Amino acid sequence: MFKRFYAIFIARNLEFWRDRAALGWNLAFPILLVVGFAAIFSGDGRSMYKVGLIGDSTTAFSSTKYISFVEYQSEQQSLDRAMLKLQQHSLDLLVDSDQRVYWVNDTSPKGYITEKLLLHSEPGFERRVATGKQIRYVDWVLPGILGMNMMFSCLFGVGYVVVRYRKNSVLKRLQATPLNALEFMLAQVASRLVIVLVVVSIIYLGCDLFFDFYMIGNYIELLVVTLLGTMALISLSLIVASRSQSEELVGGLLNMVSWPMMMLSGVWFSLEGAPEFIQGVSQLLPLTHLVEAARGVMINGDSLWDVKYNVLSLLGMTVVFTAVGAYLFRWDSDGR
Amino acid sequence: MKTVLEVKNLTKKFKNLTAVKDISFDVPEGVCFGLLGPNGAGKTTTIEMLEGIVKPSSGEILFYGKPADKSIYNTLGVQFQSTAIQDYLTVKETLNMFCALYPQTADIDELITLCELGDFLKQDHRKLSGGQKQRLLLALALINDPNIIFLDEPTTGLDPHARRNFWDLITAIKAKKKTILLTTHYMDEAEYLCDDIVIMDKGEIIAHNSPDALLAEHFEGAIIRLPMENLAGFDLSDYTVSQRNGFIHITAFQTEVTIKQLIDQGISLHGLVVKSPNLDDLFLKLTGQQLL
Repeated sequence: MFKRFYAIFIARNLEFWRDRAALGWNLAFPILLVVGFAAIFSGDGRSMYKVGLIGDSTTAFSSTKYISFVEYQSEQQSLDRAMLKLQQHSLDLLVDSDQRVYWVNDTSPKGYITEKLLLHSEPGFERRVATGKQIRYVDWVLPGILGMNMMFSCLFGVGYVVVRYRKNSVLKRLQATPLNALEFMLAQVASRLVIVLVVVSIIYLGCDLFFDFYMIGNYIELLVVTLLGTMALISLSLIVASRSQSEELVGGLLNMVSWPMMMLSGVWFSLEGAPEFIQGVSQLLPLTHLVEAARGVMINGDSLWDVKYNVLSLLGMTVVFTAVGAYLFRWDSDGR
Repeated sequence: MKTVLEVKNLTKKFKNLTAVKDISFDVPEGVCFGLLGPNGAGKTTTIEMLEGIVKPSSGEILFYGKPADKSIYNTLGVQFQSTAIQDYLTVKETLNMFCALYPQTADIDELITLCELGDFLKQDHRKLSGGQKQRLLLALALINDPNIIFLDEPTTGLDPHARRNFWDLITAIKAKKKTILLTTHYMDEAEYLCDDIVIMDKGEIIAHNSPDALLAEHFEGAIIRLPMENLAGFDLSDYTVSQRNGFIHITAFQTEVTIKQLIDQGISLHGLVVKSPNLDDLFLKLTGQQLL
């Protein structure tokens, strides 16, 4: 069985790597997107100052105009999260009015301004310094762009290819050999898995040289998340490609699957403020879990255990999608 | 002779169309068995049912007396009428890939020599000529050293030289005592290669025997061919005649006598051809239409 699987796996890899035009575009498109977003969002889009408040929220400072105040509980987990946001410049200042202490990031210009405003209305607060690199939009959007690129690579690179194989009778020829459907599908999954991991690593490392992305998590855990996300997306494409002979129909179906994911998976913007229904739908999409888990690892330094909900969702989706895809799969026609 | 393949009451319906109607035949071991007929006769549907690609609507297909499952592909070789292989692979890579799909394979170097693939092993298979591509597809069909080989119109679209080369290849495979099941609409191909033929028309078998036996069964004597204009206005009611491509074909039981009768009637013998009947003539006689 392994010999047959490996033969098809190698053939598919050779096909991909030798198609220079497609390979070039697979690498260039996401890099162009990252560069484009970095250029467009290089300024700070927020117009207000953002201050975290711990304890009494009815002080004179908390009534200052044009400052958005975010309340945090005094327990350790909440404090850690607030401190991380301050380090990442997502908060400009963190104030504990009960302890009469504040934290400021010395590298943040907005932190400097809000510190002056605080001391003007509440003199005598003790100053503490938090240091950390600012999170830019490009840092936040990177997992989304890479996830989206993986999604297109998996959906079209497997779904479309299987339908092309079916249409031009490659599948028919393979059907007349001892190769079975599961071996064929596993070879497609494994081949695309390797392709996606290599391509996404090249893109990440290449862009990182120029943008020095924010990454405080573990690279192995990020790789595991990437692997699980890729498997879920590939198995979804196998369902789409399981029967059809029409590239047009499958193109439509793949667009139907990919566009909602592009819009509702938090690729471009956070869905925190979105209606509950939209948030519910987004949880059904594998890209949501991939992007959430990758952002968790990269930006929050989460472990796999911290993002277990996303990890288990991706695993569950892979199992269900693969089972449905294998059940629905047809080589070419109705033969043995 | 041992029967390797039994086909019993095989029927295939596609919605309102019955492509194959209740056909039955046996294929003995070691013969080249031909399925003949014009386009749309049901040859490809029949061979694809035997190959396990198309599911029959009814009927039975037995290999060595048993219904087939997926494992039968270990002993079958298949060359489809139209097929494709994964892109960007060289001829050698393609052979290696198919080799890996089977538990037992033929000697690959021997196969390369047999199918004359040695000169372009490193070439992308998409850049092969028609004849070279057919030879590669035949090599793929032979890669598992099969007992039974299905060839669906293997020479369609080839030039006469490439066709002849392909026939030599098939003859070499026949010499290895392999059972070959071949579809074609070239009657000369069937006459050259096949030991046993089934002629199909509109999904049905209209004749089944060896080419020589079928011709002996349906024809006596020779065929005299004359341009139609030579015979205009003459009474031919005493002869068995048919028309084709501007010629009249007269069945002559005694060639010399018939020619003398034509001369006596004052018919011009300009453009006269005397030939033995072939499968084309047989098909015309059986169906009233030409093959091509």
